[in-house]
Amino acid sequence: MAMAYSEKVMDHFQNPRNMGEIENASGVGTVGNAKCGDIMRIYLDIDDNQIIRDCKFKTFGCGAAVATSSMATELVIGKSVNEALKVTNKAVMEALDGLPPAKVHCSLLAEESIHAALWDYAEKNHITIEGLEPPKKDIHEDEVEEEY
Amino acid sequence: MERFVYMDNAATTKVRPEVLEAMLPFYKEDFGNPSSIYRIAGKSKKAVDDAREIIADSIGAKPMEIYFTGGGSEGDNWAIKGIAESYASKGKHIITSKIEHHAVLHTCEYLEKKGYEVTYLDVDEYGIVSVEDLEAAIRPDTILISIMYANNEIGSIQPIKEIGAIAREHQIVFHTDAVQAYGQVPIHVEEDHIDILSVSSHKLNGPKGVGMMYIRKGIKIGSLIHGGQQERHRRAGTENVPGIVGFGKAVEIAMDTLDERMKQETELRDYGIGRILSEIPYCRLNGSRDKRLPNNINISYQFIEGESLLIMLDMAGICGSSGSACTSGSLDPSHVLLAIGLPHEIAHGSLRLTINHETTKEDMDYVVDHLKRIVERLRAMSPLYEDFVKEHK
Repeated sequence: MAMAYSEKVMDHFQNPRNMGEIENASGVGTVGNAKCGDIMRIYLDIDDNQIIRDCKFKTFGCGAAVATSSMATELVIGKSVNEALKVTNKAVMEALDGLPPAKVHCSLLAEESIHAALWDYAEKNHITIEGLEPPKKDIHEDEVEEEY
Repeated sequence: MERFVYMDNAATTKVRPEVLEAMLPFYKEDFGNPSSIYRIAGKSKKAVDDAREIIADSIGAKPMEIYFTGGGSEGDNWAIKGIAESYASKGKHIITSKIEHHAVLHTCEYLEKKGYEVTYLDVDEYGIVSVEDLEAAIRPDTILISIMYANNEIGSIQPIKEIGAIAREHQIVFHTDAVQAYGQVPIHVEEDHIDILSVSSHKLNGPKGVGMMYIRKGIKIGSLIHGGQQERHRRAGTENVPGIVGFGKAVEIAMDTLDERMKQETELRDYGIGRILSEIPYCRLNGSRDKRLPNNINISYQFIEGESLLIMLDMAGICGSSGSACTSGSLDPSHVLLAIGLPHEIAHGSLRLTINHETTKEDMDYVVDHLKRIVERLRAMSPLYEDFVKEHK
């Protein structure tokens, strides 16, 4: 399958932003599973005013998985927790000038990973973030395979 | 310094210059239809006959047993559906393996919907079918055994001669998909007891869109395409003359150079495998060490995913392929890697490199050096690797 990635996707894949770990992070979220071939982990550093000071990622997955996690970190840094919650997979895709249809699930994974890290932050601090749901166990559970 | 290193010869190959040269006149001055009567048509007819003879010779067959097709998938489809149809009165059971090409597997699945029963044999950890399992799977209503000569992903060479002998003993038609093996290892249809064999031209430096099927004289199989008298009425339609000529030339060269290429490629393959396994930690060779196509290297790199690896190799001018789900458009990694028992996450991180007669030691060193750098980089990015390192501190 020849790749139909945008230049932005290729740029974020080759030069990922904010790749790495945060020691003693305020929240860490890991989603996806190795079986399906992609896992994303997001680290958040959140200050006392609930502003995301820093965000880092680690990803096992395809080019789109790396690019969407890289873009997601850029989109949430500097935002409040409530604003970060509104960063959707669509926003990540648009910021990357789109994804091939088969790779849309990577952007969902990016959204989920941010949510999972926020959930961890909320749990650690015994707070409730309105509209935040617990992370899904398997990002692919709703997908159906094509038939021949 | 960037090079261009093509190591995906199992996907397709470059047409040899001599092959292209041989083809060109049949597009230009000698364009006649082999079925016509005038002299230029005679040239086309002779060229097709010559190619048929070269190809028949290459596998120990008679020219009348060679049928030109549009390629490997067409051959696999024709063999399996054709035998299923013409032997239906004897039975509706087919035996194949779990590591066949999709052209075989999806054809078998199609037949299952039409009321046929198919046994998909397991393979061992090296990707080899067990002859005992095969024999045990035979039933009175078994009409076809279809086992590939060598696997396209992991290069494992099957015990074809033994399988052929068993099929012959039980009077069951034996088809082999030899797309990857033909022109890479010696094949003899008599010694191997093969009844039907399908191959493709573009895997051995011939043009795309042409292939052939060997059908042993006496095997009952219906026509694939009804129409004119071409290919003994079994595959009608005006012959792809330039394609067939190019295919013939490619086979001629492949056979002339077979021993030398096998030796050269096996050495280079083993050199590459040796370097990778000793210099990159946490990786494993997929397939057999010795029952392996001379051109195939397939290695899984733990904690990383294949598509990322391919894109980064491409950036360095290197072409390879992967059994990762992301490269196939489905969620599951390669059925072959799963069949040899790899866990999903390790199957996702596989890389196949397939060399050819032009690949040099410098090319191999270039690829391994880049591979080391890229694997390290992707592992630094991988949460799986992070967890592994923390657990083993």
